[in-house]
Amino acid sequence: MAFRQIGAAAAVSAALALATPAYAVTEIQWWHAMTGGNNDIVNKLAEEFNASQSDYKVVPSYKGSYPDTMNAGIAAFRAGNAPHIMQVFEVGTATMMSATGAIKPVYQLMKDAGEPFDPKAYLPTITGYYSTSKGDMLSFPFNSSSTVMWINKDELKKAGITEIPKTWPEVFDAAKKLKAAGHATCGFSNAWASWVHIEQFSAWHNVPIGTKANGLDGFDTELKFNSPLHVKHLQNLVDLQKDKTYDYGGRTSTNEARFGSGECAIFLTSSGYYATAKGTAKFDFTSAPMPYYPDVAGAPQNSIIGGASLWVMGGKKPDEYKGVAKFFTFLSDTNRQAKLHQESGYLPITKAAYEKSIKDGFYEKNPTLQTPLKELTNKEPTENSRGLRFGNMVQMRDLWSEEIEAALAGKKSAKEALDAAVSRGNAMLRAFEKTAK
Amino acid sequence: MEKSTVFNNRLLPYLLLLPQLVVTVVFFYWPASQAIWQSFLREDAFGLVSEYVGLENYQALFAQPEYYRSMLTTVVFSTLVAALSLSIALLFATQADKNLKAAPAYKTLMIWPYAVAPAVAGVLWFFMFQPSLGMLARPLRGMGLDWNPLLNENHAMMLVVMASVWKQISYNFLFFLAGLQSIPRSVIEAGAIDGAGPMRRFWTIIFPLLSPTTFFLLVVNVVYVFFDTFGIIDAVTGGGPAGATTTMVYKVYADGRLGGDLGGSAAQSVVLMVIVIALTAIQFRYVERKVQY
Repeated sequence: MAFRQIGAAAAVSAALALATPAYAVTEIQWWHAMTGGNNDIVNKLAEEFNASQSDYKVVPSYKGSYPDTMNAGIAAFRAGNAPHIMQVFEVGTATMMSATGAIKPVYQLMKDAGEPFDPKAYLPTITGYYSTSKGDMLSFPFNSSSTVMWINKDELKKAGITEIPKTWPEVFDAAKKLKAAGHATCGFSNAWASWVHIEQFSAWHNVPIGTKANGLDGFDTELKFNSPLHVKHLQNLVDLQKDKTYDYGGRTSTNEARFGSGECAIFLTSSGYYATAKGTAKFDFTSAPMPYYPDVAGAPQNSIIGGASLWVMGGKKPDEYKGVAKFFTFLSDTNRQAKLHQESGYLPITKAAYEKSIKDGFYEKNPTLQTPLKELTNKEPTENSRGLRFGNMVQMRDLWSEEIEAALAGKKSAKEALDAAVSRGNAMLRAFEKTAK
Repeated sequence: MEKSTVFNNRLLPYLLLLPQLVVTVVFFYWPASQAIWQSFLREDAFGLVSEYVGLENYQALFAQPEYYRSMLTTVVFSTLVAALSLSIALLFATQADKNLKAAPAYKTLMIWPYAVAPAVAGVLWFFMFQPSLGMLARPLRGMGLDWNPLLNENHAMMLVVMASVWKQISYNFLFFLAGLQSIPRSVIEAGAIDGAGPMRRFWTIIFPLLSPTTFFLLVVNVVYVFFDTFGIIDAVTGGGPAGATTTMVYKVYADGRLGGDLGGSAAQSVVLMVIVIALTAIQFRYVERKVQY
């Protein structure tokens, strides 16, 4: 059966090859890490773009997980055949940026190609993450998300919790009530340990993760997340872990199912979890903004993004770059952005698309999808909440999570663990600085 | 009067050896020399900046307390995996060697896990023992055991050991079974007639006659735990919690692939290569003496 399909596909493509006129269509290779429904969205976008004009053809190919895709792209670049567009997750930003010559900055690309491009049309909390300190956009945001708190409304009601908790002390109280009401193994939990409890936590409370605007203003940044506030928060988690009022949920998203199964009624993870929650949860759920400590001045500040952006690789022909630029213009179209946002649950990247979704009344029906946007636009970003850019962030996250684990397992005090995470991380940053020219 | 054939062609032996030599050079010596060369360089991930730094990568490596810790973890992990996968496979092989009706089906089932990719095996075990959803973790928790490989180092170690052992048993089983079947029945029967019980027959006749197979498997299993287990560890624990399952080979993988630190990673793989070569040499020098061919 599979052979017949391949045969048919081959026949069709042969027929197409014969049918297309002799002038060459410029191919644009697009490597990505999107699976499931998001993979379909990627393919559909490419199809729509290819059908909208006849000079360029975008060819998407799935390359595995985020780290896999990034490694495939880097290996291809070293071998001299990098794709034109590469989807890289947010923590790969510093690595991509430091590779002068390996990439073509997006602002430069749009200028060279003569495409209309206004960086102000995009949501600053999203583009800020991918821009230089001067505001030059380096990569094109594609799928952005933020951290939200997922709430199982039915279980909260059963436990007698009438208000969705807003602050950390309220969350701890609610978790204790949930535990008493039968959630013996999990009062609350979260995925992405480092992203939630270090990166987002810092931005949300307007305290630095590191100097130099969390590394956005230079690679000579030093980590700062062993402050008394950070220590206090980790200590709270350590205390609650003892009786599972808080139960650690790992470094990645592998334990998100604990929310869908009903085990954990309060769960912090990406807003991009929406589609999965919709598909698995057999209860009434919603998303709420991340909790904060009310005694911290200025909290809550604003959240930072997760997700991925599209990087344009260097050393390609001007004509190919023109195609890439046209594709980005196509992606920025308001209607398309709004539709993309409403279908996938990822954030719209332009202000116009966000406004359109509000005007359409989309959030009245789907308030969960507005939570991350409200968080991101809560206040004008500060030095501490524009985003972060640390070298080797992929591995750095593992390192930070390791130390969080050491504290939760009772091997180190909260202070010792965060000090170790900072000093080990700093050593890694210095090593990165040496190679980033 | 013996007739011996003399080959006078000087080139022929080399020509006959050539295919094997080419394969060895292309697939072993060349990549190994690349790794050694790379370990003296500092490069960014893209290979845009590359400078010779001498022994700096090695110095940085041996200044890391985490590296010594990974060595210790490797000792624990490899001892457990090699010992368990060899002994369990031997037990299964002796059982499958009996005249059972279901023996063929049994053998087939035993061989299957070998066909499973390491990462897939890792994911399988991860899901079976995931604290809240795993079908095997729930009964454990039900019995009042606080099973939590996400935070408990021993639980995480048990999990990666189990997954690695499960994956390797099939391979060992195959060789043990072949070894058992080549032992002449008459020897065992003679033992039985002399009144030796099954245990005694096993330890005094079968086990010594099986020693070449056992030795070969010991060498292969040591190489397996040192080089081939990073896929399983990555899928099961990601080296956690707090580095408890970060073995040397996983660290090579993590630093090189996730950290983009090619120089440091290459230096580690050179160290690892030296250790495995030394271990193999020791095994051939000292353990092989006990083997009866």
